[in-house]
Amino acid sequence: MNYHWEWQVFLRDDGSGRTYIEWMISAWGWTLSVAACAWVLALLIGSVIGTLRTVPQHGWQRVGDAWVELFRNIPLLVQIFLWYHVVPAVFTAFKDLPAFVLVVFALGFFTSARIAEQVRAGIQSLPSGQRMAGQALGLTLPQTYRHVILPMAFRIVIPPLTSEAMNIIKNSSVAFAVSIAEMTMFAMQAQEETSRGIEIYLAVTTLYVVSAFSVNRVMAWIEGRVRVPGTIGGGK
Amino acid sequence: MNKTSILIAALFAAAGFATTASAQELTGTLKKIKDSGRVVMGTRDSSAPLAYTLGGGQYTGYHVEMCDRILDTIKKQIGAPAAKTEYTLVTSQNRIPLVENGTVDIECGSTTNNAARQKQVAFGLTTYVTEVRMAVRANSGLTSINQLNGRNLATTTGTTSVQTLRKHERATGVDFKEIYGKDHADSFLLLESGRADAFVMDDNILAGNIANAKNPKDFIIAGEVLSVEPIAVMFRKDDPAFKKAVDDAIRGMMKGGELDKLYVKWFQSPIPPRNSNMNMPIGPTLKGLIVNPNDRPMEDYAKK
Repeated sequence: MNYHWEWQVFLRDDGSGRTYIEWMISAWGWTLSVAACAWVLALLIGSVIGTLRTVPQHGWQRVGDAWVELFRNIPLLVQIFLWYHVVPAVFTAFKDLPAFVLVVFALGFFTSARIAEQVRAGIQSLPSGQRMAGQALGLTLPQTYRHVILPMAFRIVIPPLTSEAMNIIKNSSVAFAVSIAEMTMFAMQAQEETSRGIEIYLAVTTLYVVSAFSVNRVMAWIEGRVRVPGTIGGGK
Repeated sequence: MNKTSILIAALFAAAGFATTASAQELTGTLKKIKDSGRVVMGTRDSSAPLAYTLGGGQYTGYHVEMCDRILDTIKKQIGAPAAKTEYTLVTSQNRIPLVENGTVDIECGSTTNNAARQKQVAFGLTTYVTEVRMAVRANSGLTSINQLNGRNLATTTGTTSVQTLRKHERATGVDFKEIYGKDHADSFLLLESGRADAFVMDDNILAGNIANAKNPKDFIIAGEVLSVEPIAVMFRKDDPAFKKAVDDAIRGMMKGGELDKLYVKWFQSPIPPRNSNMNMPIGPTLKGLIVNPNDRPMEDYAKK
């Protein structure tokens, strides 16, 4: 293909006094911020909900089930629009929240449903004798979870959590739909302004790959650090 | 028939063939159309009334109908009246690469002719001129974009209006809070729901959205013209024979008053699918262009 590359496009002025590369770096920052905030939210809520789905009390199980099914069965983009257009119209308290917060809620809750399922699977993969042993020792239920079950369950689910953490970076691209100046929005806008779509999309793709792969490496490092020899997933 | 007469007949046939060939000497896209018996028109799905879909792979609009006529003229000229026109949906992201790599022979949508694009593709004579303005609620009393300093203003991601606003802010020192809709319908919703006080976009798109609103009387197009953009059909660069054929066909339509009729049909009459009427009389710039056609890029309009 005799395509004429023009990488200097990134040094052009976008009309406001900054270059396209400066804009792209700032967009990368938005992508990472959305993903990081949503990840913290998703991990917290996902762990709680996943745990609730395994407790003996049926009432709490129902709450966990409802949460997972609600946020897992609605497409992410639809959830984003619900948070952005519908929620502020119904609950006026949400009206003044910036779009960033709404997107973090949407992405965080969506991912929390997926994490909850993984945490539940991790807990249920443990032999039921562990829970019984904890209780036989006189630990309360919360203590059993805190000191016996969850430390093992979390180690087991690190591989799927790695995928989830990488997904959240890629899923953060839907934030463009509600006016967050992240990388997908940069790509769509900059390719229109510069007519150099191939260069712009290649650069943005590279940044997504670099971000997702860095997350992968960090998670692999954590996985190695917390490994307990002789247990499931403990390896060597 | 003896051998000599066969030879003579063959010679005549060869000579006849040679004359037709030299008379036409098809190159580039024209040759491609004649050889393949098909021509591919790239078009848009939601740029009403310039080019949009009615569903089921059917495309229509001012530029689609104009291109159908241009292509009919060209097919007759090159002696391939039966060549088939195929329609391909393009987006603002892929339209230039698809024209460059030959997937699309002529793009008839709502593409602004500007200097950056002219480095990659060629444009026909300007057949529509759009002005970037703003839509506001009719009771808002807003008459100039600078009254929106510090207020929310909607526009659509992936359009030249975003850059126009950025330049306007830099030039005048005002500061808008831009909200970017993912498409025009989304941006208009931002205005309708009160999240934004104005929607800045090409006037034909504003008129289209207002015409399709629940209550068209609630919205008006207001404010100064922020940018003037010539819209034209787009095709491969360095194909002078095809450009001449397209431009000649457009010129013919302009001279014969056919283009004016097309304009009235799409901009001042009820159009499918909802029988809404844009109510947009022809502007002075386009009126001038129909008398004196040209293919100058957007940058020439800014200078005035």
